[in-house]
Amino acid sequence: MTLKRVILKDSEYEIKRARILRTKQMTETEKYFEIQLPGGESLDHEPGQFVEVSLLGIGEAPISISSSPTKRGSFELVVRDVGKFTGQGGRLTGALHKLEAGDEVGIRGPFGKGFPVRILEGNDLLFVAAGLGVVPLRSLINYVIDNRRDFGKVTILLGCRTPQNMLFADEVNEWNKRLDVNLNCTVDKADPEWKGNVGLITSLIPGVTLEPERTFGVVVGPPIMYKFVIKELLKKQIPERQILLSLERHMKCGLGKCGHCQINDVYCCQDGPVFSYDKTKNFPEAV
Amino acid sequence: MQYVTLKKERFDDFISRLAQDKKVVAPVAQDNNAYAFEPVTSGRQIAKDYIPTILPPKKYFMPQYETLATFNIGNGQQMEPVVEYERMILFGVRTCDLAGIQCLNMVFSERPKDHNYLVRKSKIIIIGYECNDYCDEYASCRLVHNHTPNGGYDLFFTDLGDKFIVHINTQAGDEIIEKTKLFEEANEKDLKALEALREKKRKIFANEVPVVHENIPQVFEKSYNSNIWEDLGKKCLSCGNCTNVCPTCYCFDVIDEPNLDLKTGKRYRRWDSCQSETFAKVAGGESFREERAARQRHRYYRKFKYPVDKFARLFCTGCGRCSRTCMAKINLKETVTALVAEQGLTDKKAGKE
Ligand SMILES: Cc1cc2nc3c(=O)[nH]c(=O)nc-3n(C[C@H](O)[C@H](O)[C@H](O)COP(=O)(O)OP(=O)(O)OC[C@H]3O[C@@H](n4cnc5c(N)ncnc54)[C@H](O)[C@@H]3O)c2cc1C
Ligand code: SF4
Ligand code: FES
Repeated sequence: MTLKRVILKDSEYEIKRARILRTKQMTETEKYFEIQLPGGESLDHEPGQFVEVSLLGIGEAPISISSSPTKRGSFELVVRDVGKFTGQGGRLTGALHKLEAGDEVGIRGPFGKGFPVRILEGNDLLFVAAGLGVVPLRSLINYVIDNRRDFGKVTILLGCRTPQNMLFADEVNEWNKRLDVNLNCTVDKADPEWKGNVGLITSLIPGVTLEPERTFGVVVGPPIMYKFVIKELLKKQIPERQILLSLERHMKCGLGKCGHCQINDVYCCQDGPVFSYDKTKNFPEAV
Repeated sequence: MQYVTLKKERFDDFISRLAQDKKVVAPVAQDNNAYAFEPVTSGRQIAKDYIPTILPPKKYFMPQYETLATFNIGNGQQMEPVVEYERMILFGVRTCDLAGIQCLNMVFSERPKDHNYLVRKSKIIIIGYECNDYCDEYASCRLVHNHTPNGGYDLFFTDLGDKFIVHINTQAGDEIIEKTKLFEEANEKDLKALEALREKKRKIFANEVPVVHENIPQVFEKSYNSNIWEDLGKKCLSCGNCTNVCPTCYCFDVIDEPNLDLKTGKRYRRWDSCQSETFAKVAGGESFREERAARQRHRYYRKFKYPVDKFARLFCTGCGRCSRTCMAKINLKETVTALVAEQGLTDKKAGKE
């Protein structure tokens, strides 16, 4: 007649013990991690999905998978140290920044609905990423580049605060060199060496030539950005259902239960994080 | 139909016999006309007339604190998922609370399944108990059709004066009847008495809000931008009492607790409330329901709108706990009455015989 505690075999909270293969401090606040599951098992994710990353004793947080599923054997994450970035909180992300190759992290997932890759095939793609948004979007961009023939015209618009904040600068350079990718960058604040645009990401959209009926706009960035970017894309006549957004919410379980990520009657962790605008426009709490 | 009866003078014996081999929990009187589910060993400890307990029986299905895993990081990220449970018999569950358990069952058995909940649920036997009259003025069980039993129990007790008539709903319930050996076959007269009682209840329980039951979803479809939410927002203190006592609120937080050795510890979940401002806040600082009005609306929509779309079921059980407990006197019956009036759907005759 007492409380019994037994091992639960099929718990959704079980983590996999994953090993960090490589790390790189990308900016003052962003760190890159290459991670391998036990036995090199594939994560088997879709571009745009996320994992729950654990450090037992500290906590768990949702982190986007930055690598494309076409990369086998390991996957990549980029973590922003929230404490350093905002000046408050950051328990888990701060602890993750202290880890190096050889250390372990716990992984659950992948979770959520990613980008509808099959639906995007054959269409033109306009990627719009601001700030950390390039991290999840990169999983799709590299997927598209690895299957380049299956997609139409590819345009990438990137925005960040300063040139030093640019994530994956080498890779962005590679994308820029390709003749089958159009790329344009802008920064909020330039330095003397910066040769690109200065201004908000929205200022890049009017200059893009596109065929709206065969173009998908794929947008990822901080919450305040969406309203303005969507407005510009609609001005370009891109249909509402062809505007895809990845939304960030507070998350705990990733299982559609804890309620933290709820946007009206959908759960961002299970029904999202990727939504099309024709859906989110009906959720007053979405953007 | 499988009905038996239990003479009232045998009730104490019944509870003591149950308590011999299982933990029995039932409503026990507290101070200030309050009641709580607590372990009992005899029928005398159980409250005779009781308004809904302070906390609903959800505390046994989804405890306020629950260990999800234990860990040891002495050698990497090693964790062992666990489930904590206790075999028990819940006695005296009102029809509103039976409905609450049914709602939680739906939520946690939906994929991805919550095995912690499902294991615990499988260890609990439920004995329901009929309300012959209203518990108090806060209840709105007629509005949501929970004033009479809609299943979800193993046995169900109805007070017929000198005896209880008991509906046997499951094999587990039948085994209790067989084992305790205190029950008699129900006769024609008992069944007639039950029928008469239910007939009488149809008159006592009248719609607490003047609206046709079928129109409730429509009211909430149209009320999203109502000013009534602002009114609630101005009163609400964001204390979260309403969500704690709600039989169908199940939001939670997941927290790690290292032991003093800083190597071992546990990951547990604990009830959380959508009424707190930080509930939907993200690292960048954005909070997606920053205003109290938006959070109150969210609470009501999670009872009257979202679950109707998802599970074809209202998640308000009519128990009245949120209104009874609210320090700011936010009253569910009044809120719904005002929303109904605003939509022009007031129907004074609705739900009355
Ligand atoms: C789908 C998704 C993808 C994400 N991808 C990335 C990514 O690729 N890189 C990255 O650096 N960050 C990402 N984030 C944000 C990241 O999850 C938060 O920065 C992190 O949870 C902060 O945890 P903390 O303990 O360091 O911060 P603290 O401020 O100490 O704690 C915040 C608390 O809120 C909880 N929380 C849950 N979700 C969030 C959230 N979204 N924002 C803030 N707090 C949250 C945390 O678990 C923690 O308990 C993503 C968030 C979501 C929802
Ligand atoms: S109990 Fe009342 S004051 Fe407290 S959060 Fe609920 S509605 Fe607001
Ligand atoms: S993170 Fe728990 S419901 Fe989505």
